[in-house]
Amino acid sequence: MTTPYVRIDHVSKRYGDTVAVNNVSLDINKGEIFCLLGGSGCGKTTLLRMLAGFETPSSGALYIDGQNLADIPPYERPVNMMFQSYALFPHMSVEANISFGLEQERITRPEIKRRVAEILDIVKLGDYAKRKPHQLSGGQRQRVALARALVKRPKLLLLDEPLGALDRKLREHTQFELISIQEKLGVTFVVVTHDQEEAMTLASRVGVMNRGEIVQVGTPRDIYEFPATRFVADFIGSVNLFDGKLSEDEPEFVRVGCPQLPAPVYIDHGMSAPPGADCWVAIRPEKIELGRTAPAGPDNWAHGVVQGIAYLGDMSVYLIRLDSGREVRVTQANRTRKPEEQFKWDESVYLCWDAGSPVVGMG
Amino acid sequence: MIRHRRYFVPTMLAFGFAFLYVPILSMIVYSFNNSRLVTVWDSAHSPTLKWYVLLFQNTQIMSAARLSLGIATLNACISVVLGTLAGLALVRFGRFKGRTLLGAMTAAPLVMPEIITGLSMLMLFVAMERLIGWPAGRGITTITIAHVTFSMAYVTVIIQSRLANFDESLEEAAMDLGARPHIVFFRVTLPLIMPAIISGWLLSFTLSWDDVVISQFAAGPSSTTLPMVIFSKVRLGVSPDVNALATLMVLIVASGVVASAFWVRASERRRAREMQLANP
Repeated sequence: MTTPYVRIDHVSKRYGDTVAVNNVSLDINKGEIFCLLGGSGCGKTTLLRMLAGFETPSSGALYIDGQNLADIPPYERPVNMMFQSYALFPHMSVEANISFGLEQERITRPEIKRRVAEILDIVKLGDYAKRKPHQLSGGQRQRVALARALVKRPKLLLLDEPLGALDRKLREHTQFELISIQEKLGVTFVVVTHDQEEAMTLASRVGVMNRGEIVQVGTPRDIYEFPATRFVADFIGSVNLFDGKLSEDEPEFVRVGCPQLPAPVYIDHGMSAPPGADCWVAIRPEKIELGRTAPAGPDNWAHGVVQGIAYLGDMSVYLIRLDSGREVRVTQANRTRKPEEQFKWDESVYLCWDAGSPVVGMG
Repeated sequence: MIRHRRYFVPTMLAFGFAFLYVPILSMIVYSFNNSRLVTVWDSAHSPTLKWYVLLFQNTQIMSAARLSLGIATLNACISVVLGTLAGLALVRFGRFKGRTLLGAMTAAPLVMPEIITGLSMLMLFVAMERLIGWPAGRGITTITIAHVTFSMAYVTVIIQSRLANFDESLEEAAMDLGARPHIVFFRVTLPLIMPAIISGWLLSFTLSWDDVVISQFAAGPSSTTLPMVIFSKVRLGVSPDVNALATLMVLIVASGVVASAFWVRASERRRAREMQLANP
């Protein structure tokens, strides 16, 4: 086990009576892209600004590469930041924007020139060196901001909503570009975002934040497939959540009775809790299958009527009203053009799912 | 109804322009009048440039103009420095102790009657001279100090409003890139608020250039500014050379305004052209 590269140790930030960041501890490894994901006001930006040095923690400590950051002002930290608004200097050309950071170090002119040219090449902006920021498109500005932060060769790069200002098409393209640049330079990235799609595609690990606390840390897959709390299950992707009571708990399976479902939910792993305990069950819309005939088994099914259909091309979203009155989202991939694979409004359908698909949790 | 409106707007516009510019126009026209009497047009010998010639031979007016020019320039430079510092302190230093007081005190000269400012300045100068021997007598120094006290207030307001919609992340970005606070100020903040500083300078210059009331209190026997000369001349009856002087002042101001308007338009056009090149 290597020592973590960036270490956030019991950090809190209070503004008067409000707690923006509450006792957060995080370890971030060298060379990874770590995403802090959360809604607005969850403290993710405050945490980022503490790493950059614009805010000081009320308690706790921050370390990078073993060095305590407490008494280091922002202009001496081995950390650079890409701002949400990009914060490009409007009165300087692209070249001057990028070389600004290098001019603050003791670096010779020819060396500065060489490094600016090198980074411009990496972000593919070589032809735009003499332009002013207002003459660039949104995507180009984003790349200048990235180049300006990366040219300093920071130990840690902080990105505040890096793709927030770009339109959808450009985002997808830029996401992959960002990852390839990161792999090429090997810089550790900490990304702050409220956009789960952005977090999922960029990150090697995601930390979900809520009300100033880290709720769950894991790979994007872990977070999506095995949410630790009800909040994470609900926040990441869309999900159908049911309240229920644990009826059977064995080492290799559990059964949960949900009042809103006609049959018990059978899950193929144990969870060591007393029978009768209150719990929740989460089932992702894409993990539910729709059919016209009643499923064979006694567990993991429901019956309802199609209430709404959203055709999205690659898939369709069905809104199904169960017999209990509860509405459930189901998505089905449109794999063929056969009409019998499509369901119609007001059609009576059976829902079923795999024993490995639902997630069960307490509290 | 519609037909009436077609005449209403142009008529009001004409009245508005007449209200603003007829006095100035008549002054300019009469500056070329040959007659000694300002209100009588001597059609036989006009137009003439004789008042302009007389003006440049008048050593009193010329030295007063030089004095006013010097004071106005000095005042503008000092006001801009102090006003910028005050504006920065008010917007950027958060809620320090005495912030409200400083804000109120810097804005006070804007609403204070000039006559009160002038009188209190005079009393202060006299008391200071008696106590510490400075400023010795009244002259350029005292007029400049008096002018700075009110010019600075205007500069502070201009800088404050510019800084209020200044994107602070620009300064943070500079600091993040390794710039120490003083470098952040000189390389990022100052260049970006330069337009506000320039307009503050021009405003301070104009305020000082045409101030009579406060100058009257702060001036000594040997230091008479141009507006004071004009004022005292007019008291003895309006003479046509004052018309000529005023015409020259209007000409200088107008050409300054026109030149800056042209400069702004040219740079706008250049920017538009560059934008077109950037997105072919």
